[in-house]
Amino acid sequence: MATFGNLSARLTDTFKNLRAKGKLSAADIDGTVREIRRALLEADVALDVVKEFTAKVRERALGDEVNRALNPAQQVVQIVNDELIGILGGEQRRLEFAKKPPTVVMLAGLQGAGKTTLAGKLAKWLREQGHTPLLVACDLQRPNAVTQLGVVAEQAGAAFFAPEPGNGVGDPVKVAKLGVAEAKNKQYDFVIVDTAGRLGVDAEMMRQAADIRKAIEPDEVLFVIDAMIGQDAVATAQAFQQGVDFTGVVLTKLDGDARGGAALSIRGVTGKPILFASTGEGLGDFEPFHPDRMASRILDLGDVLTLIEQAQQTFDEEEARKVAEKIASDQFTLDDFLGQMQQLRGAGSLKKMMGMLPGMGKMKEQLDNFDEREILHTEAIIQAMTPAERQNPKILNGSRRLRIAKGSGMTVTDVNSLVQRFEQAAKMMKTVARGGVPQIPGMGPMPGMGHGGKRKQQPKKKAGSRSGNPAKRAQEQAGLAAKPADSGSGFGLGSASATPTEQDLAKLQQMLGKGLR
Amino acid sequence: MAERSWSIANVFRGVFSASEKITDDTWDDLETALITADFGPDITDSVLGQLRAEADRHRVTEVKELRRMLREAIEERLAAFDPTLKLSERPAVILVVGVNGVGKTTTIGKFANYLKTFDKRIIVGAADTFRAAAVEQLATWADRAGVDIVRPQQQGQDPASVAFQTVERAVREGYDIAIIDTAGRLQTKGGLMDELSKVRRVIEKQAPISEVLLVLDATTGQNGLAQAEAFIEHAGVTGLVLTKLDGSAKGGFVLAVQQNTGLPIKLVGQGEGIGDLTGFTPHVFAQQLIG
Repeated sequence: MATFGNLSARLTDTFKNLRAKGKLSAADIDGTVREIRRALLEADVALDVVKEFTAKVRERALGDEVNRALNPAQQVVQIVNDELIGILGGEQRRLEFAKKPPTVVMLAGLQGAGKTTLAGKLAKWLREQGHTPLLVACDLQRPNAVTQLGVVAEQAGAAFFAPEPGNGVGDPVKVAKLGVAEAKNKQYDFVIVDTAGRLGVDAEMMRQAADIRKAIEPDEVLFVIDAMIGQDAVATAQAFQQGVDFTGVVLTKLDGDARGGAALSIRGVTGKPILFASTGEGLGDFEPFHPDRMASRILDLGDVLTLIEQAQQTFDEEEARKVAEKIASDQFTLDDFLGQMQQLRGAGSLKKMMGMLPGMGKMKEQLDNFDEREILHTEAIIQAMTPAERQNPKILNGSRRLRIAKGSGMTVTDVNSLVQRFEQAAKMMKTVARGGVPQIPGMGPMPGMGHGGKRKQQPKKKAGSRSGNPAKRAQEQAGLAAKPADSGSGFGLGSASATPTEQDLAKLQQMLGKGLR
Repeated sequence: MAERSWSIANVFRGVFSASEKITDDTWDDLETALITADFGPDITDSVLGQLRAEADRHRVTEVKELRRMLREAIEERLAAFDPTLKLSERPAVILVVGVNGVGKTTTIGKFANYLKTFDKRIIVGAADTFRAAAVEQLATWADRAGVDIVRPQQQGQDPASVAFQTVERAVREGYDIAIIDTAGRLQTKGGLMDELSKVRRVIEKQAPISEVLLVLDATTGQNGLAQAEAFIEHAGVTGLVLTKLDGSAKGGFVLAVQQNTGLPIKLVGQGEGIGDLTGFTPHVFAQQLIG
């Protein structure tokens, strides 16, 4: 998951200076625009795109809409958000399918952009949706690229076609053609053609790529590009646009701390949509790209939608409903707590998920210090309890607690604090389940003004998105109101599942309580 | 098609061509050019500030003169560090690190071939046990360069143990130089960076490490700085290798990296051929950059 940490932090700082003001002067806006310009340049956004972007923001910020707005500073944030979404491409675009299978997808890009790995990720993703992809090895240049694709294909459980051994031997155009024919024969409905990495300035290699494109007439040509690329993104993207006329872009290595300038540049320069983002080394670290969500992430408004989707993928709905009932009827036990925690761990790295919560950009550092092993400790403590104790924590007396502490290798204090947190959490969740606003104990009412680590707890109640800070609240509501409108399909499950989802988030909060204190 | 002979001169050809007087536009164009070459806002400001001061002091009014000053300023900054490789230990152990896809394995192939011309006995260690077919890729390069290779004994073996075995064999069989490939890792992955520290510790049990080379991709933007800082912390980098300089990117960000970390650029990669690796000369680099 991209964090866009630094870009977010810069922009958030910039906006903080604005927030205090009731009325904005032209000088304020100029200063802000200058800061935005610098933040974007530091994030490697192409200069032309930066110029265009800042000009638009400036023009709109000086216009009527800001002056008439109740909170001009908020309005500026909103304008930046709108413009970011605009540059990132507005609506999400899906992969174009051929009318008559197979759908042919060709991958192209610089050396080391991550094409071969991406081929595997794409294949896995397609397979999960019930397609039968065939991977075709047309990178006959780099030593053992063919072998690598073979291994990746096996990991993804996809078919693999490589008539040539590679390492400089064989004609990639012919292989591509044969690959498509093979797919037609054997009824694969997707063909993914991996090509050799090439530089934009290498005329001969670009011609080869163009020849492959001509030979197989792909339904999608995906330009694979490293999110860490600098200003050269423009020259490279233009070279590939002229060379192979790609139809979409895939951003890779978004899990680094690159500030994602490439995402803005490429879309701004070529006008081609970003289809996918690749966010890790595992074959499953791959997701469709949502411009609106990315904009929120850049502005540190959080990406609650993706978080909820990920949660929904992992959490067993039936299980969640049962837990919800238990909570409502006051029967929530440590066993359920443990089960939920294990499910949550299955959802992937907590840090990753927390990074998607609103306002988390500021806490990036504390987030980095957060030790996921804390969760393991909590698990150990619960597992050291007897079934009876888990059912009814009230029977936990001093000697039982001592035994549990010894059994789990923790101290009695740890056990005490776990029990205490469990009770608080159970109480809080009951309130949420009944539709109330949770009063989270031990927390100041003002997000962003908390003390020390406790701050981190606040964003978690954003399931209902209520911030104590009026400025922030307006911002969140603006963000949330805009989001479900165009990509709310992730919610799809309707009100039935809304309760568990809220609890999932509450659970997250509760567990983090300890690790982050 | 991107221009092959890219340089700042081409980017703002208009600025440096005619014998014009320096105006505000000149400075704007200069800023644009430096930013477009990935120097980053900080270095750009600092270089421009320096140039402005000098231009004032020497009463420079001609744009042409400014160009020479810019080249000298950049060359001076680049030359502030010593680019020589220190390979005097026997065996000289070289650890090659970097993020994914910057060209570590390719660089090792080219580097081994280059060292071979000095009549050295060289061994490479395939400690990238993570990525699919990375070992085979290195083996192909070792074959081309005509050097020996230590492979992992089983799939997914601990990279530190491969590194250990490589150095062990280098010591035992009297190799002059041992080059160790590592898996690409993003600098934000704490666990993987720790693994690198471990590789380093394990090697040092047998022989001191002569050089830890961080490979940087010339197309990288300002993120290169974050990469360098993280790798210095975890792997004790001693020098930089800049790859893919044959493309349209010229890697202006290395100036920021050099300046902030004090690490010299030691090697430059300019193509996929086995001979496409050279030492770093500030003069040539500045020339290419400014034109």
